[in-house]
Amino acid sequence: MRKLKVAVYKFSSCDGCQLQFLNLEDELLQLSDLIEFALFYEARRFVGSGPYDVAFVEGSISTPHEVELIKKVREESKVLVAIGACATSGGIQALRNWADAEEYKRYVYPRPEWVEVLRYAEPPSKYVKVDYEIRGCPVSKDQLLSFVLQLLKGKTPPTLPVDSVCVECKRRGNVCVLVAKGIPCLGPVTMGGCGALCPSYGRGCYGCYGPMIDPKPDALNARFKELNIKPKEIQLLFKQFTNWSKEFRKVVEEYE
Amino acid sequence: MSKVIKVDYLARVEGEGNLFVELSDGRVSRVEVGIFEAPRFFEAFLRGRKYYEVPDITARICGICPIAYIMSSSRALEKILGAEVPEEVRKLRRIVYLGEWIESHVLHILMLHAPDFLGYESVLSMARDYPDIVRKGMKLKGWGNQVISVVGGRSVHPVSCRVGGFHRIIRRDELLPLLKGLGQARDYARELLEWVLKLPMPDLKRDVELVSLRGVGEYPILEGRVVSNKGLNVPEDVFENILVVEQAKYSTSLRYALKDRGHYVVGPLARYNNNYDLLDPEVRGVVESYGYGAPLHNSFQSIIARAAEVYHAVLELEELISNYREPQQPYVEGVVRRGVGAAITEAPRGMLYHRYEINERGYVINANIIPPTSQNLASIEEDLLALSDKLATLNLEEAQWLAEQTIRNYDPCISCATHFLKIRYVTHPKP
Ligand code: SF4
Ligand code: SF4
Ligand code: SF4
Repeated sequence: MRKLKVAVYKFSSCDGCQLQFLNLEDELLQLSDLIEFALFYEARRFVGSGPYDVAFVEGSISTPHEVELIKKVREESKVLVAIGACATSGGIQALRNWADAEEYKRYVYPRPEWVEVLRYAEPPSKYVKVDYEIRGCPVSKDQLLSFVLQLLKGKTPPTLPVDSVCVECKRRGNVCVLVAKGIPCLGPVTMGGCGALCPSYGRGCYGCYGPMIDPKPDALNARFKELNIKPKEIQLLFKQFTNWSKEFRKVVEEYE
Repeated sequence: MSKVIKVDYLARVEGEGNLFVELSDGRVSRVEVGIFEAPRFFEAFLRGRKYYEVPDITARICGICPIAYIMSSSRALEKILGAEVPEEVRKLRRIVYLGEWIESHVLHILMLHAPDFLGYESVLSMARDYPDIVRKGMKLKGWGNQVISVVGGRSVHPVSCRVGGFHRIIRRDELLPLLKGLGQARDYARELLEWVLKLPMPDLKRDVELVSLRGVGEYPILEGRVVSNKGLNVPEDVFENILVVEQAKYSTSLRYALKDRGHYVVGPLARYNNNYDLLDPEVRGVVESYGYGAPLHNSFQSIIARAAEVYHAVLELEELISNYREPQQPYVEGVVRRGVGAAITEAPRGMLYHRYEINERGYVINANIIPPTSQNLASIEEDLLALSDKLATLNLEEAQWLAEQTIRNYDPCISCATHFLKIRYVTHPKP
């Protein structure tokens, strides 16, 4: 059988999502019999030229150079998979989209004029067609593995989960931190997939898997108000790791 | 005639950077370690955030060492709030941090660095000839990740940590199952250290200032005074005042020097040299049985320091987990008030400095983060200059590889430094 030819690319990001490939450890060695990491800078010196069967893309597009590169990646890859919050919604660095980029440059760099960035940090889908999304900040290595296994079997990989974190949380039998402790939780509007990790560790969900399909933030925000959570703090809840997603962005704008 | 080799991405480093080396008349005349990783502006958008959001946000600077970011930021903020964490919480922090050292160091030793010493392009090709040590190393790394996941919920961007401690009490019965894998982890860590001690070592001696925290009664991780092999000894609070910041046009990373003292190096080698007496005697025994000891002055030997720290971490984890007592409270609150706080912890790659200023309502008004890789950038370039003669005699392919290996000695984390490498290699051969 011909090996699946895979490329792993990084754009503006923290490396955490591609690290999940290396975190597969044992499975990684086994996978390397079935797939060829033709391009994976973090792991290999060798670079195999395209075209690739699948490109996994981590990170958001935030510089002119990255725009050129993502277009090249699209041309060279049959299937393009966006992995993680950065690549599916813009990620944490999209927080700068809400502010004055020039002022930001001046705040961080002594020579701001040498720093070249786009006005907005955006997900790759802004520039090219993305075939699949895997959510999370970071993506879970299990989701990554099952995705790859489906591809190897030649099946259509799983689509985005329908359940919210809240549904997963109830299924797990967690004590609800919102009800029991009045801790604000985005579980009811956040896409499942993590198995309700945060509530299991005694805290509210902070939305790292991004908005679920058709979330109802208004009802949740009414609850937050009853709990005396200040509007500014509600805004900050939605203005985190997936702040630039369409649904959460709308909430942030409402509270501006 | 002049030859130009252009390699656009430095491989096996975390993040994106380039190297430019110019050789003329058989000497290296110009070295530029550049970083083209996109700037992400963390310090800028931290302003206006609530203090309690900072650890989770700054964790996203680096997926390989999120615990380091969580701990430096938490401790800096706790200083402002006057929150003193109880000993049990401090020990739990040490447990999760040691887990990160194991995960990050083994990743670097085996997957990123060792292939250079043995002439393989990656761990995947090295695994064909060294299946045993690679398999054991992966298991060891996996155990480190398991430590983080048990305490933190997941190994990349764990969710349980917060300013003041943890969101909930981590129970003894959650931690104890880790001991099941411990015997194996201990054996593998020792084997990995012995394997590393047998690696062929390129020669490079340079007189540099090695800066790290100094531990009190234990190997330094979470706190300590800032010391060096050249007599530096200051508290963490004034560290920023003795620094000079530089920015190079070819790089999106800032770089640092010590005022009136010059460039310096942080990381495992510095920690190891400055705290050799605090390493577990068992670790020192193994190191010394192979004719090594301290101080080590060759930056290629940083791989030895890393492997020694891994073995130490496993041994210390055995003790910490076995003796773990649950805290009464998972966290301490402190008082929200206006103030400034700075803290340094030892990330796997070296000292990570955070400073925050918050207002009376707990909103961040200023932030400054100095990651290890930025502090090492200038020294990486100096190492390459020191290797000048050797680089000039090798053929281009070999020279380029040695240059890359030299950079990887520092386990550069570019995601962190951007706030760092592409290889452009230009040589003008001797006429
Ligand atoms: S989604 Fe999160 S974990 Fe993944 S690259 Fe972005 S910041 Fe890192
Ligand atoms: S803790 Fe959050 S996710 Fe769990 S049940 Fe309550 S609201 Fe839903
Ligand atoms: S509970 Fe929410 S914030 Fe926590 S891991 Fe799951 S999606 Fe992310």
